Amino acid sequence: MGIFLDENTKVIVQGITGRDGSFHTKQMLEYGTKIVAGVTPGKGGTEFNGVPVYNTVEEAKKATGANCSVIFVPAKMAADAILEAASNKIELIVCITEGVPVRDMLTVYQYVKKQGVRLIGPNCPGLITPGVAKVGIIPGHIHTPGRIGVVSRSGTLTYEVDYSLTKAGMGQSTCVGIGGDPIIGTNFIDVLKAFEADKNTDGVVLMGEIGGNDEELAAEFVSTMTKPVVAFISGRTAPPGKRMGHAGAIISGGSGTAEGKVEAFNKVGVKVADTPSQVVQLLQEALKNKK
Amino acid sequence: MKLHEYQGSELFSQAGIPTGAGHVVTTIEEVEKLKDSLGDLLVIKAQVHVGGRGKAGGVKLAKPENAVEVASKILGMDIKGLTVKKILVKEAIDIDKEYYLGVIQDRANRGVTFMASVMGGVDIEEVAVTHPDKIIKVTIDPSLGLQEFQVREIVFGAEFPVELRTQASDFVRKLYKVFMENDCTLAEINPLVVTKNGQLIAADAKVETDDNADFRHPEWEDMRDLDGSDKLELDAKKAGLSYVELDGDIGCVVNGAGLAMATMDVIKYNGGKPANFLDIGGSSNPDKVVTAMNILMAKPLKAILFNIFGGITRCDDVARGLITAFEKIKVDIPVVIRLTGTNEEVARDLLEKAGYKVGSSMDEAIKEVVALANNR
Repeated sequence: MGIFLDENTKVIVQGITGRDGSFHTKQMLEYGTKIVAGVTPGKGGTEFNGVPVYNTVEEAKKATGANCSVIFVPAKMAADAILEAASNKIELIVCITEGVPVRDMLTVYQYVKKQGVRLIGPNCPGLITPGVAKVGIIPGHIHTPGRIGVVSRSGTLTYEVDYSLTKAGMGQSTCVGIGGDPIIGTNFIDVLKAFEADKNTDGVVLMGEIGGNDEELAAEFVSTMTKPVVAFISGRTAPPGKRMGHAGAIISGGSGTAEGKVEAFNKVGVKVADTPSQVVQLLQEALKNKK
Repeated sequence: MKLHEYQGSELFSQAGIPTGAGHVVTTIEEVEKLKDSLGDLLVIKAQVHVGGRGKAGGVKLAKPENAVEVASKILGMDIKGLTVKKILVKEAIDIDKEYYLGVIQDRANRGVTFMASVMGGVDIEEVAVTHPDKIIKVTIDPSLGLQEFQVREIVFGAEFPVELRTQASDFVRKLYKVFMENDCTLAEINPLVVTKNGQLIAADAKVETDDNADFRHPEWEDMRDLDGSDKLELDAKKAGLSYVELDGDIGCVVNGAGLAMATMDVIKYNGGKPANFLDIGGSSNPDKVVTAMNILMAKPLKAILFNIFGGITRCDDVARGLITAFEKIKVDIPVVIRLTGTNEEVARDLLEKAGYKVGSSMDEAIKEVVALANNR
């Protein structure tokens, strides 16, 4: 049933009593996500919407057996929150927080890897396995269960494409927003590997953008996959040297251009949509050709 | 944030990296005062955030007696659209040899990577293409920090001769310290000069810092350059928006960075020219929309496109926010609104009743706004 997130996922919310944390906890509960605990230092012993709140991740994990944590704490404390979750061997850590200093993420990345746990984000919308659970801020009702996997560096652009898939009757197995920062815990290849191995996924949509070389590496990996992949790359009109909202969306020193990424996908036979609305049709064709 | 050369040099100098004597000035009177204090030959360098300032005539040698004349040519000159308001006046260095030393936050390797080369003074990306064997790259795991064996790898890799190795090692250690303490994304010394007396000097400083780390560097506030579009970008940032000016004529207001970029791309794909990148974030707050419109209309536009995905925030709420905002500002160019997601039908009704053009699909709305702009 989808990747990374299924009916056995028991979630802690770090920063459950904050503005975003509390709002999205309600949304996740409504969608059916198993939220077993919240963590806000100093508010241990209280409850939020029926969810027990603890002072530390350690207490929360001990009491509930949680295996996932979603982080809504402010950027100043986000690295610390990720380290706390990783130190307690929470298997899946999803960091929604935007604006985490890259220097912090460099050390966090190495530690998370050493602990053998998975980090998604930061600066990401989270993930959803439609009909089962969602972790993060992705709107639930524009999704429907199905067999298409979606992986993306952005938020609303993904919702746009997810919604058009839903309207075209193409449900999703899991949609993963990996985040728009330069250093993120889970990259395209990690997610593509999981979709390739997932019995419930038939084809994949990859939404990339300018900056870095993750798309180029992903293209190399796609050439080894048996499942069809279609892509979209945003930022074809972005000027070099300017940060386009996401800290990671920047063309620097002539690398990370949209052209380079489109070319990398074309080279391995992956169709790249010119506009987001073409994704559905390209995917339908790719699935048909595969059969 | 991109630092000016003089600001970067100051950081280096504070960390004990020799940068050569010099002062940054904004007036000719200041040049007059200091011209005789820096030796027989001076170099005068424009402080603007563009590459190729040397080729554009923004870097010149001068003798103390003609320093004022040279400085007055550079001060106030226009380099690629930017006016030179500050110049750096330095003693010219008696150069024996030029090296390159740089350090970056390395996305691909998830570390901090040093690059060094015996071929300094030219564009390092060019060296990477023409003489890849002449660049040494060493990636540091920041949780361990810079190790001494890595310092040796860099210093030997850049072919520093025995008599310069102690100085070069010191440069590497200090540059790493500057880089980490200041949340740099890039710190580059090019050229790293060897003087005729065998001294190493950082003859240039290219430093960029991570905007995400603004909160722990209050001192950066005063270092920002508030020229032209940079100022609008900073205003936008303060209002919780993300704005980048482009050279087209169709204003774009979008929620989410990825969708904002895609919107620009589809405008171009359909033969239009986007005027900006603007991400207004998740909320439908009318005040935010008003601020966004004011920033947008600081330059002449032919039409404006709103492209909003209503996810958690419902489309009808967004529509009400837009209607309230439009009551507060006068817009005399065509506006096309495209909303999709939760409750989009209700939203479309509301907006149409208020007299706005509403597109249902992203492609249709963009085609419409491009047609409207091209007809004006």
